[in-house]
Amino acid sequence: MKLFWKTGEPYVLATGAALAIILVMSLTLVGTVMTNGLGYFWPRALVKFELKDGSAVLGQITQEEKNPISGERRLQLKVGNRDVFGQDFRWIDEKGIAARTTPADAVLLERREHGNYFGMLKDVTAEGMALTAATPYEKLIQARTLVAGKMADTGKIKKQMSDLNHTAESLRLKIQKLDYSGKEKNAAAISELSAVREKKMAEFTRLNEQATATLAEIGRITVQMTDAAGGSKDISLTEIVALQKPNSMSFLAKCAAYLERVRELLLDDPRESNTEGGLFPAIFGTVMMVLLMSIFSLPFGVVAAIYLREYAKDGLMTRMVRIAVNNLAGVPSIVYGVFGLGFFVYGVGGSIDSLFFPERLPTPTFGTGGILWSSLTLALLTVPVIIVATEESLASIPKGIREGSLALGATKFQTLTKILLPMATPGIMTGLILSMARAAGEVAPLMIVGVVKLAPTLPFDTNFPFFHMDRKFMHLGFHIYDVGFQSPNVEAAKPMVFVTTMLLLAIVVVASSTAIYLRNRMRSKYTTSTF
Amino acid sequence: MAQSLEQTGSTPILSVTDLDLHYGAAHALKGVNLDMIRHQVTAFIGPSGCGKSTLLRCFNRMNDLVESARVDGSIRFNGENIYDLSTDVISLRRRIGMVFQQSNPFPKSIYENIVYGLRIAGVNDKATLDEAVERSLKSAAIWNEVKDRLNDSALGLSGGQAQRICIARAIAVNPEIILMDEPCSALDPISTLKIEELIEELKSKYTIVIVTHNMQQAARVSDVTAFFYLGELIEVGGTRKIFTNPDKKQTEDYITGRFG
Repeated sequence: MKLFWKTGEPYVLATGAALAIILVMSLTLVGTVMTNGLGYFWPRALVKFELKDGSAVLGQITQEEKNPISGERRLQLKVGNRDVFGQDFRWIDEKGIAARTTPADAVLLERREHGNYFGMLKDVTAEGMALTAATPYEKLIQARTLVAGKMADTGKIKKQMSDLNHTAESLRLKIQKLDYSGKEKNAAAISELSAVREKKMAEFTRLNEQATATLAEIGRITVQMTDAAGGSKDISLTEIVALQKPNSMSFLAKCAAYLERVRELLLDDPRESNTEGGLFPAIFGTVMMVLLMSIFSLPFGVVAAIYLREYAKDGLMTRMVRIAVNNLAGVPSIVYGVFGLGFFVYGVGGSIDSLFFPERLPTPTFGTGGILWSSLTLALLTVPVIIVATEESLASIPKGIREGSLALGATKFQTLTKILLPMATPGIMTGLILSMARAAGEVAPLMIVGVVKLAPTLPFDTNFPFFHMDRKFMHLGFHIYDVGFQSPNVEAAKPMVFVTTMLLLAIVVVASSTAIYLRNRMRSKYTTSTF
Repeated sequence: MAQSLEQTGSTPILSVTDLDLHYGAAHALKGVNLDMIRHQVTAFIGPSGCGKSTLLRCFNRMNDLVESARVDGSIRFNGENIYDLSTDVISLRRRIGMVFQQSNPFPKSIYENIVYGLRIAGVNDKATLDEAVERSLKSAAIWNEVKDRLNDSALGLSGGQAQRICIARAIAVNPEIILMDEPCSALDPISTLKIEELIEELKSKYTIVIVTHNMQQAARVSDVTAFFYLGELIEVGGTRKIFTNPDKKQTEDYITGRFG
């Protein structure tokens, strides 16, 4: 027995067990997120329940559980039709169910507002449109294809309108600037610019009317629906985003619908206060913010570490700086957020505004939260990680390598750039990976310095100067918080929380894997020999 | 073959006068006076901590890297004191090459390792570099072993090969003196033999100063041997004389293995 302890076998087992627990925990985490997230887009059956009290409900089963007191089973249904029933979900007791059917022609309508509508399609009214299809469902599909061109046109018009708006706004600012710098002497220029602006505005109004007219025309096509309770509802065609008959879909059709939803998720804008639609702006914002953050923090961190390790005399001062840097990594992130707001946004941003954009004041340009300030704040937050990683990897390079280079007549700087930095790169990359993962997941400071629930425009577009660093942006981490806890319909938004989490995880994994791949390639190139 | 200092009569290339070196409070070299003759191999022997490596590192001012080191006295290289303020350390190190105890190839290709010294000196002409690589690899007797894989990483070489690459790297910049700090202590006997043969050949072109713990090695390769003990130069003379008939009792005791 004594020997058993002496051999150290129990400690090996203990370390193995600890590792196993950690593995199980992370797998559980990923598994939970995946199972909750991945299933969301699969077209689920619409089940119709005839209840014993004579009423009927139509919906998708979302949960089943035992009533903890009576022991009876009960079902949670997503009944949709929020505008009709007032709520999306409903619990029904199993013993109250008289009959349970899956009607083949039950239709699911994804709408622009009020969530999904579940019901039966009665008819399609289309003034001045010859719908030749036999059944109402086919008629609806035909009507949608007929107006698809017009919908695309309104999309283009909207784009033109946004460009016109941009031009008109920059004209307005020019006029404002001239106005401030002397109304009388610039009168001619002002009136000239005003005339141009008037023209643009007139064009804008014309396009707007055109778009509204087209939409109204499409809107006159309506769908008459009846729900399970017997109520009927007219839904305009412009309201409908997508439709499906989940009960009569083949497996392949379901797969196609699933993929279509994934495409929508990755490439489209969100709808319905973010609980429906896509996540593209949030994905774009997260990735761009993390990349910007790396551009700021990597060079600064590496240069600071080089100075600390290679040039600074090892005295009290250096040690203090090193301790301070290490502690900086442990400061709560919200503190950085507050600092970012006070220093970057109000301090630096406010000064930029009064120096370069005085004509826009009191509306702030850089003097309000934006992607630039968010990236800089997170760069501050992550720079200690990079400094520590760089210092460690510089310190781990054998003394002989430095001496070998110096003995050949290299200067300290040449040794650094030609030998030491390439050898330290794998370590620096490790620091970058850690800091990128941290930045991608950070929410608290961003809420103060530039993240918003819904950004009207991306921080990158085709208008000069393409990257708009002053713009606010959307972020997956904040999206999770917002959709999960701030949305008007938390229960309906729950699957979206898991999907967003999954995407955030995926982005971190993709970014880290790329960096790890690069690091391993470099590591195999720069490992020192042992003999 | 070993000749004594007096017999050659030529002017010294390196001449150490009253050299004292302190590491903080520790007195590592005490009043060393020593001359090294062109195209001869000088071996430094002595027990660990006797200051022989420290002295070697003074010749190319590698001790500058140690913050606490303080040097008094002079070392004249071709008549000029290398501890003068006006000395250009970079060009000094180009003229006095060094090979270390642990072979330290850079994590680059064999080719890039050899041309490193030239590249940092600003030479980038392909033909010159190619010529230097071939010449120095041949001088270091390793050309035949690596000529087909010049672009492979130098980290894949065996210890003996890596050490000869380091010697070739030192030769590539055409130094006048090559300092060797226990170049064979981490090598097997066959690699050691190769390096020793190499030293014999290099002698015709370069002046070599070698620190070694292996007294047979000192006897085999050197023309002049200097014995150090506790920071003092006890005795210096022709290798044959030192090993057969030393003047000092301490030298005899050390060589015969009675202490050290």
